[in-house]
Amino acid sequence: MSTLVLERVSRWYGNVVAVNDVTMTIGPGITGLLGPNGAGKSTLISTMGGFLAPSAGSATLDGVPVWRNPAIYRTIGLVPEAEAMYDMVTGWQFVVANARLHRLPDAEGAARMALETVEMMDAKDRDIGTYSKGMKQRVKMATALVHNPAVLLLDEPFNGMDPRQRLHLMDLLRRLAGQGRTVLFSSHILEEVEEIADTIEVLVAGRHAASGDYRGIRRLMTERPHQYTISSSDDRRLAAAIIADGAADSVDLSAGTLAVQAADFGRFVHALPRLARDTGVRLLEVSPADESLESVFAYLVAR
Amino acid sequence: MNRVVMQLTVRGLFGRRRAVLLVILPVLLLLLAALTRWASGGDPTASVGLTGGFAMGTVVPLMCLLVGTGVIGPEIDDGSIVYLLAKPLPRRTILLSKLVVALAAALVFAVLPTMASAAIAGDQGMRLTMAFGVTAALAAIAYTTIFVALSVVTRNAVIVGLLYALVWETLLGGYVPGVRDVSVRQWALAPAEHLLGTRAAEWGVTSVVSMTVGLALLTATTVAAAVLAVRRLQTLRLTTGD
Repeated sequence: MSTLVLERVSRWYGNVVAVNDVTMTIGPGITGLLGPNGAGKSTLISTMGGFLAPSAGSATLDGVPVWRNPAIYRTIGLVPEAEAMYDMVTGWQFVVANARLHRLPDAEGAARMALETVEMMDAKDRDIGTYSKGMKQRVKMATALVHNPAVLLLDEPFNGMDPRQRLHLMDLLRRLAGQGRTVLFSSHILEEVEEIADTIEVLVAGRHAASGDYRGIRRLMTERPHQYTISSSDDRRLAAAIIADGAADSVDLSAGTLAVQAADFGRFVHALPRLARDTGVRLLEVSPADESLESVFAYLVAR
Repeated sequence: MNRVVMQLTVRGLFGRRRAVLLVILPVLLLLLAALTRWASGGDPTASVGLTGGFAMGTVVPLMCLLVGTGVIGPEIDDGSIVYLLAKPLPRRTILLSKLVVALAAALVFAVLPTMASAAIAGDQGMRLTMAFGVTAALAAIAYTTIFVALSVVTRNAVIVGLLYALVWETLLGGYVPGVRDVSVRQWALAPAEHLLGTRAAEWGVTSVVSMTVGLALLTATTVAAAVLAVRRLQTLRLTTGD
């Protein structure tokens, strides 16, 4: 059981702040680091993995600073985002080499176990250069698992995976977490994180925007004001009915279409068809105006 | 030293396409040496012209550039160095292991061809061969260490190294008086001049610095480059995009 602690970590490059005053504790179980591209997820994972000095604050593993401390790699297994590996050796040779670099007493046995865990024993004798993206990802996992680490850091592990590989990796991460390991992975896709993470840490524009289990994060995201644009056979009559009913906070007809903002998402979506029927207005189109993940994140930051 | 790091480095150095470049220049040098012998009948002065000029001025720095940047540069570029760095190994060990591989490759592809060039083009009792062997070995150690350090310091190590090797060492280092004093090639020539004794002036093997100064500057440069390389690898910033 190991715990990673970030204490008021900031990281800047020249004038650009990549990570801004982030404090979080990552313990056993699966933690998902969620955020749009460019939010600073990789910077944060690099900092936790000891590859980047925090400009301010501290990153520690079980109380020991990770920067300039190669001893942490006995505890940490790292799955980098970069796809590059040693293309000219076979998967087997590469994983064995990784085991030897860890000075494991039985390097070949450890390599076999790691490759079995990721189901890559069949293709182990092919050069890495000939592997598909998914196979490379699995060999990367094997190199990170070969020394049986208590902490696993994965940078965008689901990128470029097909659905079957994705399920397989989710299953594997669940099993690893079930053994009491601390698993942290980054992703920009809410559904991915929601599906397996026990805890979600949301990072937006370098700031720690939200933290909690997936229900809490989901609630934060659905309870914000929702905006819809509606076109109907009679926008004015429908607008009057919506306002009279109290189903929405504001309606706006100035842009030529009917724009509605509703704080109570559930109430509005039930009221709208009823109001349309009662007033005899035909709904032509109802579309949510800002359901992109970026706008959800933007809301969380502004909150 | 770590055996696994060295093995992976050897695979990386010879597994890439640029490994072909490693044999082109030495082969060209040996062909020129044969041609020189045929044209001059084994005259040591002509042999010094080829070995001291083309071999020491171009072949040795370029071969050291190839192996020096080849042992670590590509891994830093594509990020695969992370598999070595994310191990409970002192980074000093990683760097020194790679440096040893580079030095061994430089011995095979730069020093031995230079000695062979002197022997083929014209020599008397192997004296020139031995003298250039010492010079090439010393120059190769300094150059290789400089280029390894350069690959850790900058992603443009090949360009910077090429400019340094061709412009500073080959062009200016051969002719411009001020630059010659701070040229690895001149420092490394000093022991050869000393070894050849009275024949040195006759055959045209001369250095602008004394042997003591040459050896001291070579040692200082090599040690400084190695220390810089280790330091920079310890704090190498590793992050992809984002």
